[in-house]
Amino acid sequence: MNPSVDALRATFGTAIGRALESCGDTIVYVARDALLDVMAWLRDTPEQAYDYLVDVTAVEYRDRERPLEVVYGLRSLARRADLRVKVELDPQGDLTVNSVVPVWRGADWLEREAYDMFGITFQGHPDLRRILMWETYTEGFPLRKDFPLRGRFSRAEQVRQALAAHPEAHYSMEELSIAEAYEELPADMKERLRRGEHGKLPDSE
Amino acid sequence: MSKRTVELELATPGVDARGEPLRVPLGVAEPDLGTEHMLINIGPQHPATHGVLRLVVELDGETVVRVIPHLGYLHSGFEKLGEYRHYNQIIPLTDRTDYLSPMANNVGFALAAEKLMGITITPRCTVLRVIACEMSRIISHMVWLGTTSIDLGAFTPFLWAFQERERIYNLQEMWTGARLTTSVTRVGGMMADVPDDFVAGLRHFTRTFPKTLSEIDRVLTRNAVWVGRTQGVGVLTAAEAINHSLSGPMLRASGVAYDVRKDKPYLDYETYDFDVVVGEHGDVYDRYLVRLEECSQANRILQQALDRLPDGPVNIADPRVILPPKSRAMNDMEAMIYHFKQVMEGVKAPVGEAYVGIENPKGELGTYLVSDGTAKPVRWRIRPPSFINLSALPRMAAGHLLSDLIAINASVDIVMGEVDR
Repeated sequence: MNPSVDALRATFGTAIGRALESCGDTIVYVARDALLDVMAWLRDTPEQAYDYLVDVTAVEYRDRERPLEVVYGLRSLARRADLRVKVELDPQGDLTVNSVVPVWRGADWLEREAYDMFGITFQGHPDLRRILMWETYTEGFPLRKDFPLRGRFSRAEQVRQALAAHPEAHYSMEELSIAEAYEELPADMKERLRRGEHGKLPDSE
Repeated sequence: MSKRTVELELATPGVDARGEPLRVPLGVAEPDLGTEHMLINIGPQHPATHGVLRLVVELDGETVVRVIPHLGYLHSGFEKLGEYRHYNQIIPLTDRTDYLSPMANNVGFALAAEKLMGITITPRCTVLRVIACEMSRIISHMVWLGTTSIDLGAFTPFLWAFQERERIYNLQEMWTGARLTTSVTRVGGMMADVPDDFVAGLRHFTRTFPKTLSEIDRVLTRNAVWVGRTQGVGVLTAAEAINHSLSGPMLRASGVAYDVRKDKPYLDYETYDFDVVVGEHGDVYDRYLVRLEECSQANRILQQALDRLPDGPVNIADPRVILPPKSRAMNDMEAMIYHFKQVMEGVKAPVGEAYVGIENPKGELGTYLVSDGTAKPVRWRIRPPSFINLSALPRMAAGHLLSDLIAINASVDIVMGEVDR
């Protein structure tokens, strides 16, 4: 068992949940509200020095009773030590957790991907948009267990939607506001963008 | 006038009244182009983006103010597919992630599945996997070198590099029957042992490959154009590189001597004699030097691996994990039962989870497997090195010229099959 677990318990007390070992890797569960403090402490304390974020991802189990886990892989490059930190979320409830981008810039796209695939909202993320799926994608979150393997629509319907989409709908609102091109768009596309959740219209503050 | 289309007021009919071509006279003051920023779109179908990457670039004149990458054009949902496949059935999917180093991806997945199941592979298999990884490193770096030199205007190294890659591809084809979709590993062993003349062929390659490397070195390393285009471009300090979670040559070019093969050894890499190549300035030029030198280090490892390649089986002797030979499956009752159970039910992994990171050509390729005791993983996560390396692109490119953006993007060494997965 990684000695960091005991150090964490001594510092954060009840915010640290159970710890276990699987295939030689130490896993420690952290309360959702304490995550950002724990991560900053793990990075900045000289004896810990987990300066490298390996991965941010999520796991949803086939067992519906089990919580959804957000998984952070940490590494100390100097000490050559690894630690896996997990936060449990209720898949039926509020999938919100603090973003660790203030601690590691590398979490930026990884958290966007976890949002895109699982629908986890990372509070405090500077730019939480879909990353692999397109921004107007409305079918849901593909890696959730209730998402069917072949998608929610038939192949024919998916092709129809793809052909009907305006190619410029793939510009985000942010880019359109740089270009000041919003006014030149066709009316139906303006309407489509207006319905989008993550863009900001240039004229609506 | 639309600001999205770049139309200068300089537009002329092209010929004067006498039919002579008009030339813009030298010394004429530049027209006032205004100060507003311009938005241009690069890709997704553009050779310099190395795949279907789309970059939306905000420019102030020719200077990059901001880069907004758009990904996902090659998204195939591999991780979702993996949740519906047996462990051995996932291996063909790993070929298609980083398709420039398919054999190394196969090894990465097999190692994670074996860690999860607690399997120890045979000595011959260990050495063969090292050979597979280092062959992949050479072809991946050769493709990088060739395409990047084309981006920066050097055509000759491209031809040399692709010729070397072709020789490795021939060996790969000899071993696996495929040039790209190798699927060379299995959980607990390899799809096949190497054929008889493979070792001699690879030995010939390792003897002749350094000559090409030194030729590329002579053409590029002190080439004024190459140096001018790459030095001081896209600099990341060591602290920034660590904070951005970069890995592989990108991290080492910034001066961080971190190599998974040395620091978290797998496949007995600690017993090989090779150097970790570290850069100093973290610019495009240092990334080139690191990758070039890594090729010769990979060549050294290949030579040592060939020298020590032991005899013996490539697969472990466990009939629950490794398929029996077809002749036995057809004649022996017990072997037939194992064959049936493996094909129909798959190999079951115990409850638990395992993460294995290997040093792929692009960086640390992580495979994170979570099992609930069935034959299919609950979660198969790929830690994609070039996806994470690419996320530092906006940081690196800001403030450089548009033409430098191409060099910086090339230096990241992305492969979109892995970025989008």
